[in-house]
Amino acid sequence: MSAIHVRTTINGDAVEYVCDADETLLDVLRNRLGLTGAKEGCSTGDCGACSVTIDGRLTCSCLVLGAEADGAEIGTIEGMADGEDLHPLQRRFLEHAALQCGICTPGILVAAKALLEHNPKPTETEIRFGLAGNLCRCTGYDKIVRAVMAAADDMRRA
Amino acid sequence: MRFERPETIKQAAQMLAGEKGKAFILAGGTDLLVRMRTGFVEPDLIVDIKRIAATRAIETTASGFRIGAAVTGAELGEHAKLKKAWPGVVEAANLIGSKQVQGRCTMTGNLCNASPAADSVPALVAAGAKAVIVGPKGKRTVPVEQVPMAPGRTSLKKGELIESILLPKRPARSGDAYLRFIPRTEMDIAVVGVGVSVTLDAKGVCTDARVSLGAVAPTVLLVPAAAKALIGTKVDKAALDALAAACSAACRPIDDKRGTREFRVKVAGVLARRAAEIARKRAGGK
Repeated sequence: MSAIHVRTTINGDAVEYVCDADETLLDVLRNRLGLTGAKEGCSTGDCGACSVTIDGRLTCSCLVLGAEADGAEIGTIEGMADGEDLHPLQRRFLEHAALQCGICTPGILVAAKALLEHNPKPTETEIRFGLAGNLCRCTGYDKIVRAVMAAADDMRRA
Repeated sequence: MRFERPETIKQAAQMLAGEKGKAFILAGGTDLLVRMRTGFVEPDLIVDIKRIAATRAIETTASGFRIGAAVTGAELGEHAKLKKAWPGVVEAANLIGSKQVQGRCTMTGNLCNASPAADSVPALVAAGAKAVIVGPKGKRTVPVEQVPMAPGRTSLKKGELIESILLPKRPARSGDAYLRFIPRTEMDIAVVGVGVSVTLDAKGVCTDARVSLGAVAPTVLLVPAAAKALIGTKVDKAALDALAAACSAACRPIDDKRGTREFRVKVAGVLARRAAEIARKRAGGK
């Protein structure tokens, strides 16, 4: 197995790593870089727990090879809060108790942030469709949707 | 396994042609990585085509649109001109997977994965799209319906890859639509899919039509008899009845957990009728 040298940007920081050709970006983030916010759920692009952005585009990091990230800008949940200041989505998720076990939460936050960047005033239906690629087995989604709507409101006022 | 990122389509074709083991093309990876993960395929070589400029662009040409093989569903959905000319094609491509999958998935991948249930393929076939194929022996252009041969198998020869998909220029008063049946509202595999494209004259009479069915045969079908049912009519009730009958008659479906044969045959007609009505309205017909 030949090792591949990759230069990339993660949450604004220049990062270099060496990975195997068949290693996913998710495995690189978690096992080589210690960025364990992205979770491994299904590994087949169905559950969204591993959601990240690549060059601003929402994607499942389990469906990307680590080698493909060369020259790309990656955004993960670790880059969402500004130091100690939580992102409005994170604050509203806490207030609305929009999580239980928490495994899906990083992916949902990354996906919700991407959604609000494209559509700052989504309807409930648009949020439900926009987050259809993120599965949650605990909450029943209702609190998640309410938290995203509240955060969208905060962000429009800010 | 080796990983290569060629900068030209010619280099990509050479790498694929020269590989003695199993070579796979990577664009969006939303099918390939799943198949690798589940052990369905074990590549010796992966050729990532995303550094090839021609695969990344949507270009407006004198004869229509050229859509690069690595253009994502999300990019298609953001291209206002393409959406206006071919709304059915863009809607079909945007039905594939979640937002996450849309950020990566491509129509060319959907075509080459050769699933009978591929959502964008009936829309492309109805649109009269062509695939530009590059290989060791040069370039050839074929109608997209000639690419899938059987579930999971294409007509591409060793060393060949699709560079882009061509969509023709739209005559005035043209419209297209794609509808599929799934038991959920989102993120599911088509039980039946129907693509319809029509062109009307100034009086609203259909002068040209193409109709395509997905998930009702081993490959996506072009149904000339269904198009014939529309041409020369105002796409009225009688024409829609004939269209539905022709579509149902063309189905050769399997029974599986997603739908029975009888259900698929019936629904193909129902969806064809609805898709034709949308296409007609988009073409400016009443």
